[in-house]
Amino acid sequence: MSNVSAKRTLGPSIALALLVLALALFPVVAPLFDLDYYTGFVRRLMIVALAAASLNFLMGRVGLVALGHAGFVGVGAYAVAALAEAGFGSAWLVWALALVAGVVVSALIGAVALRTRGVYFIMITLAFAQMLFYLAVSLRAYGGDDGYTLYTPLQLLGGENPVIASGAPLYWVVLAIVALVLPALWRLEASHFGRALEGIRDNETRMQALGYPTYRLKLCAFAAAGGVASLAGALMATQNGFVSPSLMHWTQSALLIVMVVIGGVGRRWGAPLGVAVWLVFEELLKQFTEYWHAPMGLLLIGVVFLAPKGLAALASRRAAP
Amino acid sequence: MDPTFFLEQIFNGLGYGFMLFLLAAGLTLVFGIMDTLNLAHGSLFMVGGYVSAAVHVQSGSFMLAVGVAVLATVLLAALLEALLVRRLYSRDHLAQVLATFGIVLIADDLVKLVWGPSPIMAPTPAQLSGPIDLLGLPYPSYRLLILGAGFAVAVGLYLLVNHSRLGMLVRAGASNRAMAEFMGVRVSKVFAIVFALGAALAALAGALMGPISAVSIGMGEAILIPALVVIVIGGIGSVRGAFVASLLVGLVDTAGRAFLPPLLRELLPPALAADAGPAIAGIAMYMLMAGVLVFKPSGLFPARA
Repeated sequence: MSNVSAKRTLGPSIALALLVLALALFPVVAPLFDLDYYTGFVRRLMIVALAAASLNFLMGRVGLVALGHAGFVGVGAYAVAALAEAGFGSAWLVWALALVAGVVVSALIGAVALRTRGVYFIMITLAFAQMLFYLAVSLRAYGGDDGYTLYTPLQLLGGENPVIASGAPLYWVVLAIVALVLPALWRLEASHFGRALEGIRDNETRMQALGYPTYRLKLCAFAAAGGVASLAGALMATQNGFVSPSLMHWTQSALLIVMVVIGGVGRRWGAPLGVAVWLVFEELLKQFTEYWHAPMGLLLIGVVFLAPKGLAALASRRAAP
Repeated sequence: MDPTFFLEQIFNGLGYGFMLFLLAAGLTLVFGIMDTLNLAHGSLFMVGGYVSAAVHVQSGSFMLAVGVAVLATVLLAALLEALLVRRLYSRDHLAQVLATFGIVLIADDLVKLVWGPSPIMAPTPAQLSGPIDLLGLPYPSYRLLILGAGFAVAVGLYLLVNHSRLGMLVRAGASNRAMAEFMGVRVSKVFAIVFALGAALAALAGALMGPISAVSIGMGEAILIPALVVIVIGGIGSVRGAFVASLLVGLVDTAGRAFLPPLLRELLPPALAADAGPAIAGIAMYMLMAGVLVFKPSGLFPARA
């Protein structure tokens, strides 16, 4: 018995370590095969997976479908723009402040939005994200509609020969952050806090009756997810060297939901898998045809009928005895 | 402020409101009765716009164009319902969002294949291209037609829903589907009719909107959000709520764009006003929705009390 359970707990962590190792080696191996371009692609994939994982935490654990998550991504991105403009040079400090900005903004929005439920919650989060979107459009100091180019690059290490946050160094930093934050989210799910959230998802009235401060717990979860999304936005702004309101357009929020649902709501690997499948398909199809929307549409319909719980659920069903 | 300008904006706002209502009515009934979130509703609007513009250019008859557009869209919607949407009723909202978003992507590509990627111009019917005198205001007669058509459809739909047998079944289905089924209403049959009716209204809106704003891929997604805002403000499943909310959103959105920038120019320094004006105008509709939901978390007229 103990052997089996040991295998169960060890297996995933070995797989995880191998995956991280493979990803870490990618920027070294890729140039040998003329695949330099894909270093940037994989980095973008990891950043989007970070944002999607925070949304999956809300959707899967708390049952909150938020259609405004790209708004928080945008908060992080614009925080980077504002801080870089103000003369901050350290990437770490800027990212940390962006994360804090995301927590504050999402706590304020959550305080109002969490008064509603279900579809009304979906729509009120959309409303707040649209407000952030139009706020960014009106920020002429940061380029308004056209967006804003970051001319002063952020540094990972200062000193005489500073390490600029770009290329392979940024790739490894992103990998490290994702490899820390995703397991941290999983830990959070398994914690007492996570169990309480699950209870609220399944029966909020009962949890209230049991004495749980359900509103405050949901608000904490919402703010935490907003902070992680904001961090993803900050990384995205750093890698692109550019921010624009299109980052937080509502279609971006919708895409995050779509990717999470494809991968599997509430599944550990749901977000990264959904993001990978969606972005890789998109990338491949765009190389062959300008009519790439329709195949993506068929993919969505296929997932709904053939993998109703997401692709991650398919994989785990096969793995189960 | 110039009173004729004020009047003109009120009419524009009402016109936009009626168009929103044509879309929102179908959306709210589908949602209210079958608890199904149909993102492809905007695509039906787009198909209506494209077919109408194409037939109008070919035949020269606007009436024929609108008729063909409505008919074609209803047939398409019936096919869609039978093949796909029907299988989604029993699924959760996320599955519905995913599948109908898939339809949106496919529809956009098909339209691109048939009509090309750039927007096409829908001509204004020749007889309606001039202005008409309206309380001393020269108002475009085509816009007046939209107002009239929207108003007529709204009244017709009100009578249908509130004073007909079909309407009774529809309301029963929307307020408590399980109970309605228990009492012998064949909700799925009622629903197929409602879905087709919703498609007809969406196509009508698309055909009428074409000559005002160019017909383009993505016009369905652009109008979908205001339409969703409307059904949420009104209370999901309530036609009356959708009607009130449509006019509210139409007026607030138009007023925001027309009156806010000049007002802010009076109150604020010019640079700040130039930034804030368009931004606040853009979010006026969302602020309205957020405000309503804070005080009435289930919308103005919840169908399910």
